[in-house]
Amino acid sequence: MISDETRELAREVLARYPRPRSALLPLLHLVQSDEGYVSPDGIALCADLLGLTKAEVGAVATFYTMYKRKPVGDYHVGVCTNTLCAVMGGDAIYAALKEHTGINAQNGVTDDGKVSLEHIECNAACDFAPVVMVNWEFFDNQTPESARQIVDDLRSGQPVKPTRGADSVCTWREAERVLAGFYDGRADEGVAAGPATLEGLKLARDRGDKA
Amino acid sequence: MKLTPVLSDNWDVDRSWTLDGYGGDYKAARKALTTMDPDSVIAAVKDSGLRGRGGAGFPTGSKWGFIPQGDGKPHYLVVNADESEPGTCKDIPLMLANPHVLVEGVIITCFAIRSHQAFIYVRGEVLHIVRRVQAAVAEAYDKGLLGKDIFGSGFDLDVVVHAGAGAYICGEETALLDSLEGMRGQPRLRPPFPAVAGLYACPTVINNVESIASVPAIIDRGVEWFRGFGSEKSPGFTLYSLSGHVTRPGQYEAPLGVTLRQLLELAGGVREGHELKFWTPGGSSTPLLTAEHLDAPLDYEGMTDAGSMLGTKALQIFDDTTCVVRAVLRWTEFYAHESCGKCTPCREGTYWMVQILERLERGQADAGDVETLLDACDNILGRAFCALGDGATSPITSSVQYFRDEYVAHWESGGCPFDPAASMLFESAGVAR
Repeated sequence: MISDETRELAREVLARYPRPRSALLPLLHLVQSDEGYVSPDGIALCADLLGLTKAEVGAVATFYTMYKRKPVGDYHVGVCTNTLCAVMGGDAIYAALKEHTGINAQNGVTDDGKVSLEHIECNAACDFAPVVMVNWEFFDNQTPESARQIVDDLRSGQPVKPTRGADSVCTWREAERVLAGFYDGRADEGVAAGPATLEGLKLARDRGDKA
Repeated sequence: MKLTPVLSDNWDVDRSWTLDGYGGDYKAARKALTTMDPDSVIAAVKDSGLRGRGGAGFPTGSKWGFIPQGDGKPHYLVVNADESEPGTCKDIPLMLANPHVLVEGVIITCFAIRSHQAFIYVRGEVLHIVRRVQAAVAEAYDKGLLGKDIFGSGFDLDVVVHAGAGAYICGEETALLDSLEGMRGQPRLRPPFPAVAGLYACPTVINNVESIASVPAIIDRGVEWFRGFGSEKSPGFTLYSLSGHVTRPGQYEAPLGVTLRQLLELAGGVREGHELKFWTPGGSSTPLLTAEHLDAPLDYEGMTDAGSMLGTKALQIFDDTTCVVRAVLRWTEFYAHESCGKCTPCREGTYWMVQILERLERGQADAGDVETLLDACDNILGRAFCALGDGATSPITSSVQYFRDEYVAHWESGGCPFDPAASMLFESAGVAR
């Protein structure tokens, strides 16, 4: 069941755009924030609001990997296995997490519903390889041990802090709400930059280099 | 060689992502809106020689100049913040640490092209970056730097932050437009070009984050200053991103035309005890280079002369422990996964290239299969609908060019002769060595 609040927020999304159909991607994020995946009710809501058929909405939803056709865990773990991360250790991390969680399918979920696992493509953090994402927050420079620890902490309810992100990982649904365009007020948490980001600048400061 | 921190200059400042941390009140935007007319802003960016930092290197000012004026239609600016090219990791840290330089660039650009509505299309898989850009836009509205009558100039501008949903193809500018219109992200036929019929069939400029973020400094410090860096045809400075088997990976902002040898010296060299084997100058879609190209200038012309492309300046470094066949197979799997399905050469070709490369990596394919692989590339390059298909052939053809023997060695030894554990950056219990 789509909540009344979500229906209200959906109208706010529509109001942002010159043409209603542009709202479809954020609307699908919003649906996920309420339903935990792109549900049939969610597809019907989007179709109704935008004057599209459900088939047209479904055609868009199935094109994009972030839209899930089944519920994922409260904490969705993505391991980068694109070439650079894979070679630096991402393949070993992914294999370790599969074994540790017993998840064998892409987007599979642990029995307690807490954690799901996906191998992801390049997430634009190659200078921090190997990279793991949890609910699209960065966990840089990972090892199989550190990744297993993250998953264990997530499952046991310990606070988990990204290396470059908010002070703690929010739930997948909360993340989806931000991606729908509803800011959660957490931009001031976390660092400005990770160590690798600052390597060049640090060197420039040491050498007195200026533009 | 001197480093030139401009875009990165405030990244070590306390709360660099706020307006205070940015150190200003958008003085370049104020200068543009209150002392210049739109055409002179376009002229300045044209004269600066700024070229697109998203991969293609098209002159930014010329792109703006293609927007028709007095046509009575709304004009749009769309910022391509869909950074997804494998190896590319510059726009994400830039927006995390310094989102205001992007917002200021958006204001100046929109003023120049007479647009009152901009969209920042950020890939969806980077939650905290989306937050930082949302917060920067909100802060700019609060301070009157966005919205109505900015700086009392009479210029109005609205900015929407739009999160994508996981599709590499949306970094292709016309696919991005389709995606922003709420459709599957598939590229459009050109012409018409977006400058004439882009978003909602209206004149639209699409620029990469780093290109837009480079504009405030040009307006503030001037064309001559900007042209003092780099070369005649590739002026200015840029973010070079080093990753992989390098001692200190990271972002190095330097003048265009530096060499990988110079950058590696700054970054402490290739991983200790190992030699450089192959590298990409600008992401996986730019043909691989080797140690023989260490002194080639990393600018648009220099990389073309070396048989590659500058691309996104994503310098992925792989040392002698890395199997090139494994690397290329993985990139090819990526292209097959991300192919949008619109055109046959890319959709079918990438699928079959994965099949052949899998067999090659397992040592089950011989030199004849390498020829089949090259033949498939030949049928994609220049025949695909957009650059994704062309890009998919780059790692394959370049790796065969430089490492054909290694492909054959897989067949001769009946499998991959490399130990994947030797390439990893950690030694790990529970990982088979």
